[in-house]
Amino acid sequence: MYEHNKAKEETELFLNNYFRVIKAEEIPTKQIPEIKSSPLHYRYFIEIVDNKKTGSLSLLTEEDYVVNRVVYINKNIEGAFVVSSGKNFGAFKGVGFPEDISKFFMLENYKAYAWTAHNRFPTNTPGWWGGAHPFTLLDFSIVHNGELSSYGINKRYVEMFGYECTMLTDTEVVAYLVDLLVRKHGLPFKTVCDIFSPPTWDVIQNMEDIKLKEYYKTLRIVYGSALLNGPFAFIIGFNGGLIGLSDRIKLRPLVVVESGNTVYLSSEESSVLEVCDKIDRVYHPEAGEPVFIFYNDYKGE
Amino acid sequence: MNSITIDALNLYYRELNFKIKEAVRKEGIKKVIIKNARGQRFIGTGLKEKDVEIIIESGVPGNDLAMFMDGPTVKVFGNAQDGVGNTMNNGKVFIHGDAGDVICYGMRNGKIFIKGNVGYRVGIHMKEYKDMIPSIVVGGKAGDFFGEYMAGGIGVVLGLNNDDKPIVGRYCATGMHGGVIYIRTEKIPTYLGKEVKIFELNESDKEKLKSLIEEFCQEFKEYKAEDILKSRFIKLIPVSKRPYGRLYSPGNHFPLPEENYFSNKKIDIEKKYY
Repeated sequence: MYEHNKAKEETELFLNNYFRVIKAEEIPTKQIPEIKSSPLHYRYFIEIVDNKKTGSLSLLTEEDYVVNRVVYINKNIEGAFVVSSGKNFGAFKGVGFPEDISKFFMLENYKAYAWTAHNRFPTNTPGWWGGAHPFTLLDFSIVHNGELSSYGINKRYVEMFGYECTMLTDTEVVAYLVDLLVRKHGLPFKTVCDIFSPPTWDVIQNMEDIKLKEYYKTLRIVYGSALLNGPFAFIIGFNGGLIGLSDRIKLRPLVVVESGNTVYLSSEESSVLEVCDKIDRVYHPEAGEPVFIFYNDYKGE
Repeated sequence: MNSITIDALNLYYRELNFKIKEAVRKEGIKKVIIKNARGQRFIGTGLKEKDVEIIIESGVPGNDLAMFMDGPTVKVFGNAQDGVGNTMNNGKVFIHGDAGDVICYGMRNGKIFIKGNVGYRVGIHMKEYKDMIPSIVVGGKAGDFFGEYMAGGIGVVLGLNNDDKPIVGRYCATGMHGGVIYIRTEKIPTYLGKEVKIFELNESDKEKLKSLIEEFCQEFKEYKAEDILKSRFIKLIPVSKRPYGRLYSPGNHFPLPEENYFSNKKIDIEKKYY
């Protein structure tokens, strides 16, 4: 996403310097009266070349290499922001009503196994094209209802690992936390959810299962800075499915609706009725209870 | 037939609520049937007509159903979402399914009956004044913080469904300083609020409970009042009317709860649970 042409020139120079760009094109959009002004949207299909020019890739994984460049662009190239940096994955975000944004990006032309959609009413931080949900990094995306009171702590924590918060909205830090904990620290999603939304200390204190008690104690001590405080319900998207999680005292709603082979996660049951005729089962997860929806062929966990 | 059916499909919440109000106030309609509710908020808000019935036949009504309502009866044949009966002043609500979080927040009078489960913070800050005593009856189970900061009214949880969840979640009655909670259980809820103690029901409690459960079973016919009433209930009431008085005013100038404040016989519960 470019706010002006200069940002595009600078970014393309940067990309050509560090990657082999296989294909570069403008993201197809449709001009509609409801969207009065928009930044420029381009997408690049890239390959990493391991040579002297790109630095010693041998010390980094391919993913680390990409993450570093994404952070660099967001932080250092004025007016340029990476909205999506995954494989088989895309994010569309903007300022406007959801139905208008979907017309603008012509979403009817895309197909996917899983979709997340989000409508934000900016209250605490600016409403701008980069501040719309989802926030993404590599193959992780997040849409979030609520706010993170622990943003400061979480931000400082991810910054220690080289991430930079540049989108002016609290939610982006969760995308970086997921990347850090899942990809870099190799933790299973269940553990990551237990870190984000752990039981309170008094509940841990009274746990009868010693192993479980130690597990939660350890997580809270080691990953205390990754605990998410404040009201939230969010959906994490990744290349194996979707994960829903709410905060530990359920300050935001989350409902799971099943219909045949399809699963819906939403803040409100009524919104699912808009897109689904036949509801088989409605499930209200408990506070902090993660909901895992994995594709049938997903091999993890 | 003095009734009207409104198809709520693709209706914005303001349009739908305007139509309901027009029908009730201008045309004198007594029964409003709503089909295909799609999350429209505030259905029944502020209506004062006592003999009016609003029936949500299909779909899911939105948040704050029956908010500030002052008389009518609302029936939902399905699930409801969050905030049902928010600051409701009078009337009745029957929900033939589950309901979400924060049901009957700050409710002042009237009755809410829910057949299924409810979410978190149900009955938060309910209040009462003289003969205005609100009540809520939950047929299923309740999440954490049931009756939090309750200042009056009656909260009943029956736990009639067979899932393995506890009948009420953690921190039930935290900060409660008025009203009463009846729970159909023999177990002590975990992390019970420090402001309440558990008592056995006296005759007047049993009468109150009986009339509420009979009304519940009249609407939800698969349950029999006499079967439910056979079970053991516990009663939670606050032991201080002003638990926070000392926090905000200097000195100790208001009466502390007396020893015989409640004449009821306490259930013998081991100390460790407190």
